[in-house]
Amino acid sequence: MSSDPHILAISGLGDEVLEHTEVKVSHCYQCGKCSAGCPLSEEMDYPPSVIMRMLQTGNPELEEKVLRSFSIWVCLTCEMCFARCPMSIDIPKMMDFLREKSIKEKKANKKAKEIIAFHKSFLDSIRYTGRLYEIGLFVSYKIRTLRILDDMDLAPKMIMRGKLNIIPELIKDRTGVASIFRKTVKKNKN
Amino acid sequence: MTLGFYPGCSLKGSSREYAESVLAVANAFDIQIREITDWNCCGATAAHNMNRELSFSLPARILSLAEKQGLQEIVVPCAACYSRLTVTKHELAKDPVLKNAVTEANGLDYSGAVEVLNIIQMLNKYVTPNLESHVVRQFDHKVACYYGCYLIRPHEILKFDREEDPQSMDELMLKAGATPIDWAFKTECCGAGLSVSRTASVGRLSGKIIGDAKDRGAEVMIVACPMCHSNLDMRRNSINEYLGEKVDIPVLYITQALGLAIGLERKVLGLQRHFVNVTV
Repeated sequence: MSSDPHILAISGLGDEVLEHTEVKVSHCYQCGKCSAGCPLSEEMDYPPSVIMRMLQTGNPELEEKVLRSFSIWVCLTCEMCFARCPMSIDIPKMMDFLREKSIKEKKANKKAKEIIAFHKSFLDSIRYTGRLYEIGLFVSYKIRTLRILDDMDLAPKMIMRGKLNIIPELIKDRTGVASIFRKTVKKNKN
Repeated sequence: MTLGFYPGCSLKGSSREYAESVLAVANAFDIQIREITDWNCCGATAAHNMNRELSFSLPARILSLAEKQGLQEIVVPCAACYSRLTVTKHELAKDPVLKNAVTEANGLDYSGAVEVLNIIQMLNKYVTPNLESHVVRQFDHKVACYYGCYLIRPHEILKFDREEDPQSMDELMLKAGATPIDWAFKTECCGAGLSVSRTASVGRLSGKIIGDAKDRGAEVMIVACPMCHSNLDMRRNSINEYLGEKVDIPVLYITQALGLAIGLERKVLGLQRHFVNVTV
């Protein structure tokens, strides 16, 4: 373990990021372009460049803060940070890894409850029908979050415009899709 | 040759007017289109946020089906699906371990041979060469072409258009008689997947986009992504709340705008389905 951030191999979480995503946090020289371009950085607890710095330190306490941060969940994967990084560091790919690890270790930030509930409801719909069933997604999300009254005005307007299917589109090979979920998601059940 | 079609979930539901206008324009230019049979959702943001292997297995199933059904080329009008499918092709080509895991999960053969086109690539290949001769009514409006994220990024993989200040939609709209404006928010994110879970954030992000377009005199927004469309159109109340004024610039899919220019009927293009009235 070293406190020198300029060496290539970084201990702990930075190493794991490298192993799973090929993203080298040591390549970041803190120019801040990612944080400047990130449309959500003002809503984050740590903007992207600070996340990079925290991982560079190899300090387990800071790594823990990264996994428990709100930043990794409010990140939209809009890919602007990657586009503007002068070192071509694939921050979105790293964020995917951090999110998955954060969930697996039950460290997801409490403020991200709604965001994660949305993802779970979305995936549930695909698991059972093969495609996204928008009404099912809304209902499942409301049950998960108890935000029953949100967007109540939206559904009737969508139905009026023919934008909401009452009956889900079911694919034929639903067992095939369900088996994809079994084989991939079972490995890291949360 | 028959062009394969992957609509994705939005085009079968909340953005069905995008599918309607894509098919109507394709028909007007005699493009043979066949929808991939029994396709599944690409997994979108939810899958890659939660599980890496799942996020590649779902798009890989779609590509395998296209291959199996004899399609060499598919058009994917949803920019988000296009990005997921293209990134999957890229990752599976360079990572044999991942490819094995994915084909094992899917139980389908995968060679990676299917060509994936976004809507602009499809239009430029099959429509643009004959577009000007088909235009019967110039789309004579100032338009803000909004590219969003996934049509362009990750640029290192998609390699489409320019990463900053892209031009492909502007060039197409110019051919249809429009005047594309210069503006600053072409590739800024609309808030995408946070639409339901953090609507106020979407109001702010999409508000900046609509606000800049309006300040620079845009009369119409032109988009190529159902998420961009639903945020800019269906979330207009949140946007207006953020802007502190009522802005009623309509948001058209590029295929709707081109459809109007070549004289297709408004109803065929699904213009009546929008939340913000299409007055052009």
